[in-house]
Amino acid sequence: MAAPAQRRIIFQHIDEPGYSNDLACYVRNGGYEVLKKSVTRPPAELIDEVKKSGLRGRGGAGFPCGVKWGLVDRKSGKPIYLIVNADESEPGTFKDRYIMHQDPHQLIEGTMISCFANNVKQAYIYIRGEMPHGARILERAIAEARAAGFVGKNICGTTYSCDIFVHRGAGAYICGEETGLIESLEGKRANPRIKPPYFPAVLGLYQCPTIVNNVETLCHVKYIAEHGGDAFTKIGTPNNTGTRIFCVSGHVQRPGYYEFEAGKITMGQLLNEVCGGPLPGRTFKAVIPGGSSAKILRFGERFKGKRKVGAEMVDYDWGVDDVPMDFDSLGMIGTMGGSGGVIVMDDTVNMVEALANINAFYSHESCGQCTPCREGSLWMKKITTRMVHGQARNEDAALLKSVADQIPGRTICAFGEACSWPTQSFIAKFGDEFKQYPETKKAAKPVGAHELV
Amino acid sequence: MNLKPATLHSIDEVITHYPVKRSATLPLLHLIQEDVGYLPPETCEWVAAKLELQPINVLEVITFYPMFRQKPIGRRHIKVCRTLSCALLGGYKTCEQFEKEFNTHRGEVSPGGEVTIDFVECLASCGTAPVVLIDDDLHEKVDCAKAKQLSDQIKAEAKKR
Amino acid sequence: MIAPPKPDLVTVNIDGKEIAVPKGTNVIEAARLVNVDVPHYCYHPKLTIVGNCRMCLIEMGMPAVDPVTKAPIIDPVTGKPKINWIPRPQIGCGTNVSPGLHVKTTSPMVKDAREGVMEFLLINHPLDCPICDQAGECKLQEQSTGYGRGYSRFVEQKNVKPKRTQLGPRVTLDDERCILCSRCIRFSKEIAKDDVLGFVDRGSYSTLTCFPGKQLANNYSLNTVDICPVGALTSTDFRFKMRVWFLKQTNSIDTETSVGANTVVWSREGQIYRLTPRRNDDVNDTWMPDSGRELFKSVMSADRLAATTHLDARVAEAAELFTLNASAGSIAVVGSGRSSVEEQFLTKKLAAALKASTQLVSRVGQGDQLLISADRNPNVRGALVTGLISKLPKIGDAPAASRSANGDAAAPIRTGGLTDLAASIDAGKVKVVVSIGEDLVAAGLTAAQLAKVSVVYLGTHANATSAAAKIVFPTLSVFEKNGTFVNQQFRLQKFAKAVPGPQGATDDLIVLAKLTAAASSAAMASDLGSLWKLISAEIPAFATTSYAQLPETGILIDATPFAALPFVEGETLHYKPAAPAVALTP
Repeated sequence: MAAPAQRRIIFQHIDEPGYSNDLACYVRNGGYEVLKKSVTRPPAELIDEVKKSGLRGRGGAGFPCGVKWGLVDRKSGKPIYLIVNADESEPGTFKDRYIMHQDPHQLIEGTMISCFANNVKQAYIYIRGEMPHGARILERAIAEARAAGFVGKNICGTTYSCDIFVHRGAGAYICGEETGLIESLEGKRANPRIKPPYFPAVLGLYQCPTIVNNVETLCHVKYIAEHGGDAFTKIGTPNNTGTRIFCVSGHVQRPGYYEFEAGKITMGQLLNEVCGGPLPGRTFKAVIPGGSSAKILRFGERFKGKRKVGAEMVDYDWGVDDVPMDFDSLGMIGTMGGSGGVIVMDDTVNMVEALANINAFYSHESCGQCTPCREGSLWMKKITTRMVHGQARNEDAALLKSVADQIPGRTICAFGEACSWPTQSFIAKFGDEFKQYPETKKAAKPVGAHELV
Repeated sequence: MNLKPATLHSIDEVITHYPVKRSATLPLLHLIQEDVGYLPPETCEWVAAKLELQPINVLEVITFYPMFRQKPIGRRHIKVCRTLSCALLGGYKTCEQFEKEFNTHRGEVSPGGEVTIDFVECLASCGTAPVVLIDDDLHEKVDCAKAKQLSDQIKAEAKKR
Repeated sequence: MIAPPKPDLVTVNIDGKEIAVPKGTNVIEAARLVNVDVPHYCYHPKLTIVGNCRMCLIEMGMPAVDPVTKAPIIDPVTGKPKINWIPRPQIGCGTNVSPGLHVKTTSPMVKDAREGVMEFLLINHPLDCPICDQAGECKLQEQSTGYGRGYSRFVEQKNVKPKRTQLGPRVTLDDERCILCSRCIRFSKEIAKDDVLGFVDRGSYSTLTCFPGKQLANNYSLNTVDICPVGALTSTDFRFKMRVWFLKQTNSIDTETSVGANTVVWSREGQIYRLTPRRNDDVNDTWMPDSGRELFKSVMSADRLAATTHLDARVAEAAELFTLNASAGSIAVVGSGRSSVEEQFLTKKLAAALKASTQLVSRVGQGDQLLISADRNPNVRGALVTGLISKLPKIGDAPAASRSANGDAAAPIRTGGLTDLAASIDAGKVKVVVSIGEDLVAAGLTAAQLAKVSVVYLGTHANATSAAAKIVFPTLSVFEKNGTFVNQQFRLQKFAKAVPGPQGATDDLIVLAKLTAAASSAAMASDLGSLWKLISAEIPAFATTSYAQLPETGILIDATPFAALPFVEGETLHYKPAAPAVALTP
């Protein structure tokens, strides 16, 4: 079956010739009409639409946005904050970049609608420090919007006021974790908070109820506000509604961003048809479907079981190519949809070296607060680096697995899972390669292979 | 601290963005670093006084976030991405190419003081790997050839100055 | 009588044992109540909770409830409510009890979690045990015995960090041993209110640092050494001096101020090696000032008094002096706020026998609102309760030389309270002064006035008065005898003998008893058991007090007779003055 066409809702204008990131262009294309209508509606109605839509967070966790908004403590009397998580740092992910640089007003409109729905008077966009142009573009866009009455006092002539400030990060991946982000916004080291009791919906920024949403998620809110939650459910597949922006990188002919309805395209269609398949003379070896934190899939693996389709339980028997790209299917086969960052590796890649690269990333980014992640991530990095550049032992594979098994579930935040799932899945799927590495590393590298660590 | 009037003005303005002064720590550090080129030793006490904090609170933040540097760097800052997607497409060779072009090692100031090359983590443009950030500008698909091209450009711009 | 409010109790189940605990208790404390020890590092009952060491992970579950009817679901097999056990372990310190909470502290999941954390803590930890002061009282050592692997699987290079930093005048830091629990940072910020410590760098390279140019020099810096679970923060004074398992622990009281912080004296073979705080949630929590710890140094100082003649010979000499000055008022007794309750009781008896006036030396300084109160005498209230004095001694006006032991620029301490005595001496009325450990010149008498009287001096260290005294009775320091003090809260607390006194020194009670006996020609007891029988009989406030059964954390006594007195203390950690503190006039 041929791959479906892209459905460019969020990315409608990305890389469109003649489209510029200023207010005039956005308004010419119908911009801020949805905001104008939204501020005349009861806020609760907007929240309801988002709940109905089944929109799931696009930052990596896939947590239902409507549920997140529903958890906000509205009785405390404290101001409610909304933070746009624009700290895109998950390796393999590069979608929010385009939205912010090329279509910032879409984000601003989505943010303002979300703020209005949740009675938020102050929002912050936390953008990673390595996107200085993005920060400037957003600030300019906010200034334009403010001048036009779409941000700031008396939005669209109503009594509702809400302002947005841009806040730049400074190079820490852990600022993508919502409580780490909040700590960073408060001017401290980005150490995630223990939950309970510090659930952002109750005790977030300045100990006030806070909503943290990903850039892409807020853009979907704009669509939902315009067309309604029910219309959103007709895009994508049940429980995996809407479109997803897949960011494909690595060893494919046409890496890049692609927006498809969630669950309506399979991995094989995405990689082979849309992205043109492997590089000449190569074959696909492995793919990480949801950012480097997601568990890796080995081409040749098969996944069998029963899954719910409509009201029935149906058998499935999939190879990697057959897996539909949605949260639930990917979760079912033992990985995750995550941030949508698809990293493809072909047969020139040695998995020990690839894992060493990933482990170096996580050990560098660990905040250092809690024992298992802090020590475990560095230990795994030291083992894989030693295997590649020093002495590799046959027992290192078992040691890696054992170390990785001691981390998930024991940490303050999901970084514990993020840093250990790669090691666990690499060893599980490519264990033989690890065991044989002491011998393989002495042999010549495959043609076209690159140094990875 | 010897900061430009515009910087001081921006500092005072950005503090008003937050109900709690401490939140302005990162913005202030960015502004100071952009002004001076790095964060000189007196930064901690100056920022602490400005935001009603203790100097240790500022030092903790400076050393946590890799973008903040306490020593001067070269006039141009070349950040090459080392994470998986870029490495898969030759990021390590790109970095080595830059190092060779400027006869320096990552983390150091090149002889002549023109560049500092850093091998950094994912820059979120994996689809156009290998990716390099030179000062504020992102350069995509930087293989060895393009690395040489960019290096030549940097050297030419240096000569003009 | 109005019944005290019943604390809100919550029933939880820990390892099968049901227990009702007050609402707001965390699981570690709840487990303690059923004698279950949950290992932990970063948790401290007196500091904010951070939950970063992950050692207190335990298995928790809540009773399953029917979502519609809300009725508890019963397991048909066991007949007991079905428990939904949470698949991930939860930290005990960060979880407060909720009704029906079930906790397992020894399940396979918990064991696995603890062993994991243990292994992770040890991989970068230096093998310093043979040279580390913390050995024997190190939490890492203790938990390794229970949950360590027994061998290391780590063959990589360990992290290298600075190893011998002088963090301040009294604290040494070894960064490699640090397990990044952040107790010291939290203590410095929250309790000592001196935010100088923090972590720099990130991940496993995080390093505890004091801001460059600043020091951890506040008067509570050594508490960080107490609470550091490993040997990262150590006492510079105690460094390499003694293995803790050789030391005997004796409960005592800090005599620096009227706070009466509870302490432990660590000694071996008659020598004291260090002082640490003892937990008393009503007085000092788990803290004590650094300046209080250094007091034991004076025990062996060069100016310690020692007798050269036989005790009874000196008693006889004193008796003769008393007989020569038998008329009422020609002898004055200067008692001390540093004497124990029992000594003050006997001092009163002696003064009565001598028909002498009684006065106390006041010692007032700057309070720090934490554990140093303005009253630098530990037991002025004992003198009040025993009736040795009936009103507070006047505050001295001219500041005496500061006795602050730790070199801080503390406000000088004013000693005084002897203006009446000075006048009596000048008027020629008083001919003999019996001083219990007080230097009369430091307390305000002039050298000329001192020269006019014959002094009988009981005390531990040499000073102007002991030098000028006719008869000197070297006595014992607080570390060398037993007794009680009454602190600013009117709490009676006891201290015990840790080391024997120097040769030639006599217990104050024995000297006072012998002098009283000589003055009154009637025997006087000097042992605590007999003395307390007399004390309970004669002092209303102690009518029902038993020295033998006095709990280690003390008891409050009735303070109402003294409510109107102008006590000098302001607010400290667990003390609020009834009336605003007396201002010190410059």
